[in-house]
Amino acid sequence: MSHWIDICPLEDLQPDSGVCALVEDQQVAIFYMPKDNAVFAVNNYDPFGKVHVLSRGLLGDIKGEPMIASPLYKQHFSLLTGQCFEDESISIPVYAVRIENHRVAVSLEE
Amino acid sequence: MSTKPTLVVIGNGMVGHHFLENLIASDIKDHYHLVTFCEEQRPAYDRVHLSEFFSGKSAEDLSMVSEGFFANNNITLHLGDKAVAIDTENKWVSSEKGLAISYDKLVLATGSYPFVPPVPGHDRKNCFVYRTIEDLEAMNNAAKTAQVGAVIGGGLLGLEAAKALQDLKLKTHVVQFSPRLMAAQLDDGGAQMLADKIEALGVSVLTSKNTTQIVDGTECLHKMIFADGTELETDMILFSAGIRPRDDIARASGIAVGSRGGIIIDNQCKTSAPDVYAIGECAVWNEQTFGLVAPGYSMARTVVADLAGKDASFTGADMSTKLKLNGVDVASIGDPHASTPGSLVYTYQNGAEEIYKRIVVSADKKKLLGAVLVGDASGYGTLLQYCLNGIDLPANPDSLILPSRSDESVGLGPDALPANAQICSCFDVTKGQICTAIESGCHTMGALKDSTKAATGCGGCSALLKSVLDCELDKAGFEVNTDLCEHFAYTRQDLYNLIMVNEIKTFDELLKQQGKGRGCEVCRQAVGSILASYWNDYILKTEHLSLQDTNDTFLANMQKDGTYSVVPRMTGGEVTPDGLIAIGQIAKKYKLYTKVTGGQRVDLFGARVDQLPLIWQELIDAGFESGHAYGKSLRTVKSCVGSTWCRFGVDDSVGLAVELENRYKGLRSPHKIKFAVSGCTRECAEAQSKDIGIIATEGGWNLYVCGNGGMKPRHGDLFATNLDKETLIKYIDRVLTFYSRTADRLQRTSVWMENMEGGLDYLRSVVIDDKLGVCADLEAQMQRVVDTYQCEWKTTIADESKLKRFRHFINSDKTDENILFVEERGQIRPANEQERQHMTVMEEA
Ligand code: SRM
Ligand SMILES: Cc1cc2nc3c(=O)[nH]c(=O)nc-3n(C[C@H](O)[C@H](O)[C@H](O)COP(=O)(O)OP(=O)(O)OC[C@H]3O[C@@H](n4cnc5c(N)ncnc54)[C@H](O)[C@@H]3O)c2cc1C
Ligand code: SF4
Ligand code: FES
Repeated sequence: MSHWIDICPLEDLQPDSGVCALVEDQQVAIFYMPKDNAVFAVNNYDPFGKVHVLSRGLLGDIKGEPMIASPLYKQHFSLLTGQCFEDESISIPVYAVRIENHRVAVSLEE
Repeated sequence: MSTKPTLVVIGNGMVGHHFLENLIASDIKDHYHLVTFCEEQRPAYDRVHLSEFFSGKSAEDLSMVSEGFFANNNITLHLGDKAVAIDTENKWVSSEKGLAISYDKLVLATGSYPFVPPVPGHDRKNCFVYRTIEDLEAMNNAAKTAQVGAVIGGGLLGLEAAKALQDLKLKTHVVQFSPRLMAAQLDDGGAQMLADKIEALGVSVLTSKNTTQIVDGTECLHKMIFADGTELETDMILFSAGIRPRDDIARASGIAVGSRGGIIIDNQCKTSAPDVYAIGECAVWNEQTFGLVAPGYSMARTVVADLAGKDASFTGADMSTKLKLNGVDVASIGDPHASTPGSLVYTYQNGAEEIYKRIVVSADKKKLLGAVLVGDASGYGTLLQYCLNGIDLPANPDSLILPSRSDESVGLGPDALPANAQICSCFDVTKGQICTAIESGCHTMGALKDSTKAATGCGGCSALLKSVLDCELDKAGFEVNTDLCEHFAYTRQDLYNLIMVNEIKTFDELLKQQGKGRGCEVCRQAVGSILASYWNDYILKTEHLSLQDTNDTFLANMQKDGTYSVVPRMTGGEVTPDGLIAIGQIAKKYKLYTKVTGGQRVDLFGARVDQLPLIWQELIDAGFESGHAYGKSLRTVKSCVGSTWCRFGVDDSVGLAVELENRYKGLRSPHKIKFAVSGCTRECAEAQSKDIGIIATEGGWNLYVCGNGGMKPRHGDLFATNLDKETLIKYIDRVLTFYSRTADRLQRTSVWMENMEGGLDYLRSVVIDDKLGVCADLEAQMQRVVDTYQCEWKTTIADESKLKRFRHFINSDKTDENILFVEERGQIRPANEQERQHMTVMEEA
């Protein structure tokens, strides 16, 4: 059973870009792709730059897999698995996120 | 104990080592117990690239020995031990340290030593030769206290050594005995042109100088006295007066040596003693010695083949060479002195561009026998192939050296070469071998070099290797991929044109029409930049927001700790006292670190994302605007103080800098653009190192274009002189718009220009002569951008909806508590890892 935490109205998300939410003391980066009607959530911590900035990276895909590029040193992370494309040994936490009744909610279990 | 026969190699230099490597790679690798004597303190290293020691290469970088080479292949290496005697009858070698080793086969690879003329005083302090790493270390030490250096000898090596002295910051002289430089390779015309070029590098060239004595100097350590009565003072002397084969050990052991020195060898590299070979610079074949690696390598391969019982002969070698000096193109091929009877000579001399070319052709005009190239050695690869492979010359051989005046190409395409054409002479790699490697999947220069070794020696063949690679890939149907990324199968220039022609205003529209997928950081930023430079929309418009790098989306540069820097514009580096006070007060209030930048303005560091709008509000109230330090756009127009105050100033450089910065501020471009304006030729604003540089002269403004500092500095080219301000601005409008339209992403003006076919002349023809008929259009586009300028910070602050993004959390007013500072020299700086841990522990406690 997921424990959904309400974050904000859908309008607060940035189309094709990211925002950061504070979820139970965790920094969570939330990305919104309106064309695919998709939202993704990962931890905001950049394991390479060692600071909380991933929500401010550039969004896109690599061979169809949605990804976020770190704003600091440009490593790419899969938004589906959190796996870093450049370094097999590194991945970041991925969280469940949903849009319901025009509100965004995140679940930290997963 | 091994029962295998013993093979001893004396000398572990370049050739001795190449021999061992080849032997290990052959099928007789296990036939011998291998022993090698190495007199130097370190095993083989790359002497050819010795000079790179001065540009930062270490002894390890130069080493030719792969890790574990001796141990893994059971080779006994006697390091720092010199072989001193050979008993050719009983077949044993004895060494300085007292070893005596009996051999079955012996290979002499003792190289040569630098010849030092017996001038009185030649052994004074700080007199060196140029052969080993130790020699270079000694030079390096001496250079610390020396001001002036002289090289005796103006051959290939002497000139390389002179360059090294110059790199060591010494005032450098080349002292040459004969009337011309590189006497072995060049004729009089070529040598004169070379001397001019060397002098242009700041090295003085003294020819026909016979040094008779070296004595105490008055200003420098030494004084050199020449036969003609003249003198030269210098602190350091380098002898580079030729090399002599090291045949002493052979001589003492009764092995035959040549009348002018060198161990005599036959076509199989055998000496007069049974089972003793000699290879490399110590050997003399057909009364010839060879001071290059390639012939030595070829001898080494011959001996390996001979030991394996295969037919192989050394039958002489090509002595073509290129000088390894940046900015001085010199090459000599085959027989440059036309010593073959009946040979014909063609010479092309271009005084203005300092180019000299000469070819020597057989009496029937069919074959190329030799060539000399000075000032432009781009034809080296082609000419060398004509010469080495006996390829028939075109009907007019002079077309090979005359500048091409039509579209017809006279270059020898790699396709014209036979498969057995030798491409790399250092490692004897043929075109056939290269093609095989390409077929088996080596599709980059790196892979090709790794697998064939071609171009890893002197490097002279790399241009040719690249053209063979390109040609073969092209034939095999591989396209050299110029796509921007996986989402757009176009170049940046294509996309620019598509956006202009189809009047596309958003990324989504372009992606739908011309691309696929969701985009990525490469295409988003590139398209964002094109849209901004063409339409000049507010870059944080909702539809453009996702295209910007974080620096652009927050209109500030992200620092390593996730905070941002704030850079207000200070046009031309000018700022009022009140402005400075305001900046100081704001910085103090928000506890920001302040620093004067290299771009003549003040940078405020350590702002949290939520503080940016507050800080900017105060800056704007104090009259400042965005400095666009975050954008690929115009950065700064630096100025010197100019005629307003400076006693030498010819014109008002600050005034012009301010005007230009105001005109082009906010201009988005493929990469950042920097300007500078100097008030006179003293050039205090360093305008020649900028994309656009302007220098005041009595006759008007001189315009320089396409310079930059940064990773690979390039001086700007003088584009036009004595311009009035109106024409100057017209030209800049045109150059910059043309750049925006045609450059690659993240390509600065320097690289753009260097890659442009026709280069500076072409750019002039477009911008000054309006060859493409686009100038009116280029100016109109620039004027539109100028007219629609807005300070992005002003626009942002005025728009409530845009400010939401500057909160760290979308759902909380808290700030990022992981940002931690400590104090240093009275200001903040980001805490380092250790300090952070300490601070968190304190907080928790
Ligand atoms: C702040 C400053 C250093 C300073 O404290 O003086 C600086 C700081 C940075 N420079 Fe610079 N450069 C600064 C003057 C220069 C200069 C000197 C000049 O402009 O006269 C140069 C050499 C001149 C030139 O560009 O031709 C310079 C050549 C570079 C380069 C190399 C560019 C190249 O073509 O090789 C980079 C990297 C890049 O742009 O890809 C770079 C990149 C950077 C970045 C943006 C690196 C980054 O991505 O974080 C730094 C951003 C710091 C910030 O937050 O503002 N910076 N940088 C200077 C800001 C000047 C200004 O007022 O805007
Ligand atoms: C600065 C510089 C730049 C050069 N540039 C080029 C270039 O661009 N292109 C080119 O083709 N060539 C160039 N050369 C020449 C090239 O380096 C030589 O042709 C090559 O090194 C010859 O190899 P070798 O093995 O015959 O001699 P070396 O490399 O000199 O090796 C001989 C070794 O044997 C050792 N030795 C001698 N006697 C004994 C003994 N009795 N016992 C034990 N050890 C002994 C020596 O100490 C030395 O280590 C350059 C040379 C220099 C110095
Ligand atoms: S030189 Fe390097 S470290 Fe210094 S400011 Fe420029 S980019 Fe940063
Ligand atoms: S010719 Fe010297 S590396 Fe190829």
